[in-house]
Amino acid sequence: MDLAEYSATNGLKRVGARPPFFSYLKEAWGRRDFAWTLSSYTNKAQNARNRLGRWWMVLTPALQGAMYGLIFGLILGSKNRPDHFIEYLFCGVFLFTFLQGSFTNGATSVTGNAGLVKSLSFPRVLLPLSAAIQQLINLVPQLALLLLTLVVMGNPITFQWLLFIPAIALMVFFGAGSSMLAARLTVQFSDLNKVIPFAFRLIFYSSGIFYSLDKILANHQDILAILKFNPFSAYIQLVRGILIQGNTSATPELWLLCAGWGILLPLLSMFLFWMVEERHGAED
Amino acid sequence: MAPKTKKKVAETRKPVVVVDNAHIIYKVFGTGRRVTGNMAKGGLFTKKIRVREVHAVRGITFTVYEGDTIGIIGSNGSGKSSLMRGIAGLTKLETGAVYAFARPSLLGVGAVLLPGLSGEKNIMLGGLAMGFSRKEIETKVEAITAFAGLEEFIDLPMRTYSSGMSARLRFAIAASRNHDILIIDEALAVGDQEFRNKSEARMREMREQAGTVFLVSHSMKSILDTCTRVIWIEKGELVMDGDPVEVTNAYNKFTGSNTID
Repeated sequence: MDLAEYSATNGLKRVGARPPFFSYLKEAWGRRDFAWTLSSYTNKAQNARNRLGRWWMVLTPALQGAMYGLIFGLILGSKNRPDHFIEYLFCGVFLFTFLQGSFTNGATSVTGNAGLVKSLSFPRVLLPLSAAIQQLINLVPQLALLLLTLVVMGNPITFQWLLFIPAIALMVFFGAGSSMLAARLTVQFSDLNKVIPFAFRLIFYSSGIFYSLDKILANHQDILAILKFNPFSAYIQLVRGILIQGNTSATPELWLLCAGWGILLPLLSMFLFWMVEERHGAED
Repeated sequence: MAPKTKKKVAETRKPVVVVDNAHIIYKVFGTGRRVTGNMAKGGLFTKKIRVREVHAVRGITFTVYEGDTIGIIGSNGSGKSSLMRGIAGLTKLETGAVYAFARPSLLGVGAVLLPGLSGEKNIMLGGLAMGFSRKEIETKVEAITAFAGLEEFIDLPMRTYSSGMSARLRFAIAASRNHDILIIDEALAVGDQEFRNKSEARMREMREQAGTVFLVSHSMKSILDTCTRVIWIEKGELVMDGDPVEVTNAYNKFTGSNTID
């Protein structure tokens, strides 16, 4: 009798064997408190050394919005500027910050928590999920600031604003999905971390954050059609269509696109992440 | 050296951990390799990525039975920690397998949880990751702090702790739960005498609750005080496995030391 059979007859299981997908999900769900706590503690720790502390959660995006407003609204202002420019810009900058943060934070979530990974065994998927939650915690005060700006700039509060909640929910699911995907990809391609900033720069300038894609590309409908599949601009356009007066971009097709990205990406990424569970945190 | 193993009599007891021909190979991207002869040549693009393989554990097999407390000894770099990480499932085995009746928990030396957070928050996180509920861990915070002897400093970030203090806190967190299989990898080496006594008592207590403990240590005294069986590893291979006194004596002869600690 070899040792494998001997172990099996005595009820021993192989250590480190990947659990079936659904038991894995169940185990991760059982420890969701850990993911939440990790996100909120990491957030607090990041701001703890600054004098203004958690005010930076609102100050950073506000400054960023103001900076882009100054450059693209005043200095480089042109007739292509969309209506309600301030709201349009804030919406773009804040949501983009969340989407970018989810991916970038997710990419380093496993390697950056080496201490935890080396000492405790828990479903590793909690780390990229916690990275996305951390971005969500940052997003909430920004959304408050966005809504405040909208009201101050004279956009009427309508029942349509209620759609803001499912739209943000879909975007958060998408963010969680991209965080897991990023963590999964960096397992195999650690060089990815060097490319991510450039990729996001490109996405930032091509997603219509501070200009209107429709106006700029009015003569290039084919390019426009491709760029509109970009989930980053899709979520931003959706929220703009819901909140900004006179903006009609929240079409049923756009809802469908956002729902598709927001449901399929997390499922796919979760599955891909689970497939290499044994390799997460392995040193080389 | 032919490995000496336990006699057949032991097999009537129930096995809890079976290590079956475990191999661990680290693949390290070679940087800073010593330059010798022709290797100095080669431009930016002609250079191949050199992957160096380090064969850290070379085919170790042993079985641990209920009620054993295993001491693991060997020189620095002999593969003890790699093997322990393999047993805990934190490092992937190249070939071979580890079977266990429950998932082993490893308490290692380098494992700082989150250095920027206070000791108390690290207790929370560690507890949640081990599967405690928030309420359970809240009731334990006081006891863990007291066990680690850190009442005065528990609100300070862990990066401000001395290595002994953080080792004590880590042990206290891990020991707050009864582990079926616990691996302690030199984590107690930096603690002071008072803490060592406390933690050794706690390890004996865990063993009595049918838990299995692995203890990696360079202190032959703590090995002899706590272990019922000792395994000696050298260069990734098992040299000797058996009675603590016999194995430590042989190891002391090998290293040339004549004192017990």
